[in-house]
Amino acid sequence: MLNRDMVEFRWHGRGGQGAKMACMLLADVAGLEGKFVQGFPEYGPERMGAPITAYNRISEKRSTVHSNIYYPDYVVVVDESLLDSVDVTGGLKEDGAIIINTPVSPLVMRERLPGWAGTVCTIDARRISEELLGRNFPNTPMLAAAVKVSGVLQAERFIAHIEESFKHKFADKPQVIAGNIATLKRSMEEVQIG
Amino acid sequence: MMNKCMSGNEAVAYALMQINPDVMGAFPITPSTEIPEYFANYVANGQVNTEYVTVESEHSSMSVCIAAQAAGARSVCATSSCGLALMYELLYVAASCRLPITLACVNRALSGPININHDYSDSMGARDAGWIQIYAENNQEAYDNFIMAMPIGESPSIRLPVMTCMDGFITSHAVENIELLDTDVVRNFVGEYKPENYLLKKENPLAVGPYDISAYYMEHKVQEAESMKAAKARIKEVAARFAKISGRSYSLFEEYRMEDAQYAIVLMGSTAGTAKAAVDKLRQEGVKAGLIKIRVFRPFPGEELAQALANTRAVAVMDKSEGFSGNGGPLFTETRSALYDLKDRPYLIDIVFGLGGRDIKIEDIEKVFLRLANIAASGELGPVYTHLGQRSKEDVK
Repeated sequence: MLNRDMVEFRWHGRGGQGAKMACMLLADVAGLEGKFVQGFPEYGPERMGAPITAYNRISEKRSTVHSNIYYPDYVVVVDESLLDSVDVTGGLKEDGAIIINTPVSPLVMRERLPGWAGTVCTIDARRISEELLGRNFPNTPMLAAAVKVSGVLQAERFIAHIEESFKHKFADKPQVIAGNIATLKRSMEEVQIG
Repeated sequence: MMNKCMSGNEAVAYALMQINPDVMGAFPITPSTEIPEYFANYVANGQVNTEYVTVESEHSSMSVCIAAQAAGARSVCATSSCGLALMYELLYVAASCRLPITLACVNRALSGPININHDYSDSMGARDAGWIQIYAENNQEAYDNFIMAMPIGESPSIRLPVMTCMDGFITSHAVENIELLDTDVVRNFVGEYKPENYLLKKENPLAVGPYDISAYYMEHKVQEAESMKAAKARIKEVAARFAKISGRSYSLFEEYRMEDAQYAIVLMGSTAGTAKAAVDKLRQEGVKAGLIKIRVFRPFPGEELAQALANTRAVAVMDKSEGFSGNGGPLFTETRSALYDLKDRPYLIDIVFGLGGRDIKIEDIEKVFLRLANIAASGELGPVYTHLGQRSKEDVK
């Protein structure tokens, strides 16, 4: 984990993929760990499939800043197709990392990130989600990968808090909790850091 | 007390649950939709016994509030942007009937062009409607302001509706840490709504909102204006009482590092947090920068603001709405008017920024302070009213 007072994440996704939800969940869980948090979305057009950005600030001291994040420590790309249209590594700190939802390895993915010499991480979020949740919900695997790569939260405690949070969120459909927890654990194992 | 993480919308809905108002006029509009949405859960779960009236427009949601409040019931609603605009006529009716309705306004740019993001063009358009307006910097303040709204507006010496405002998306949809009060503490603080007179009081039946002939109209308007002036003292009283239950102090505006400030920015809402970071940075570099965050825009704290700015050398007002007066944004014209009575006035400029959600960064605010320092050093004011953050014609090409 980066030794900084504040860790900043930028999420890139498409409307409907749950990037905002993952961002909010990260804020919630970090809050339970006693951190000061911000989790906020930036919407473009209100429609499914449109690119959206979401942001997290996680810090030991309260941050009063309410602007977007231009120099993130970590970038999470929930939809690989955004690499063609969005400058996903823009402003990313040199000692930070980018985490991409893709079946290919970090080595292969690096070729698609000209100008980025820092850490590249990949995870096949779609396959993991389809295997364990029965559908493509890429946000849960990406959240787990973001936590694993950044080390911003301790893994076991993160899982425990998420479980607690899901018990509230899915009080009316508890059957989805076990699959989501299994997805988080598998994703933390599978994410490749290159 | 409970420490949680929640969005501004969720925080206001939670305050509503704790208050348990009699009536909500509910109609959704981005970005305020979540407030009636979250609150509907509390209603459905039986956590409140509010009469939740779903209507077909904002004109109707405010009409529901007016009718219910006139009948003696504490009424609330939430809206944004075009929704507030559709209420326009009713806002004046509520205020002039002296009905202390509480409205959570989640600020959003007013069409057109249509845009869902934040600026103050919606509530600024309603600034002369006779509503008290209180603005929040973050989710905590949105929650706190909503809890203070009823004790302010319902006070027999005030009897005016209150609009508590928060920045759309930036505050309404951002999850941040928040300290929530216990529900019994909130209910005790807000108290019961006990109007002296109301529509359905059988000992003294009352007509509300009839035609007001010229022989009386002006007296009523003067009373309304006097109440608005008196609201300043009431807002401070309620804030003092709130500090005792929460440990959080509020006033008409917040002064940040203003004691010996030579250069000051005056603005409102979430940008204040970003500006505080800019002030801290400049202070470390030895620049005597300070910030005033306007919390209460109606009534406008003109005399107090003039005192707070009296010893500065140069001031920038930052307006997050245009106003189209051709003479500066609404916060600027109020501030410039307030400074007129000072013997030695600071240099004063207006910067309109952030329209339709255009983001503002710490560095942008540092540049504004730099401009103030240059004005003070050179004595050259330069253009008084400018815009910040827009691309030039060359950039767009």
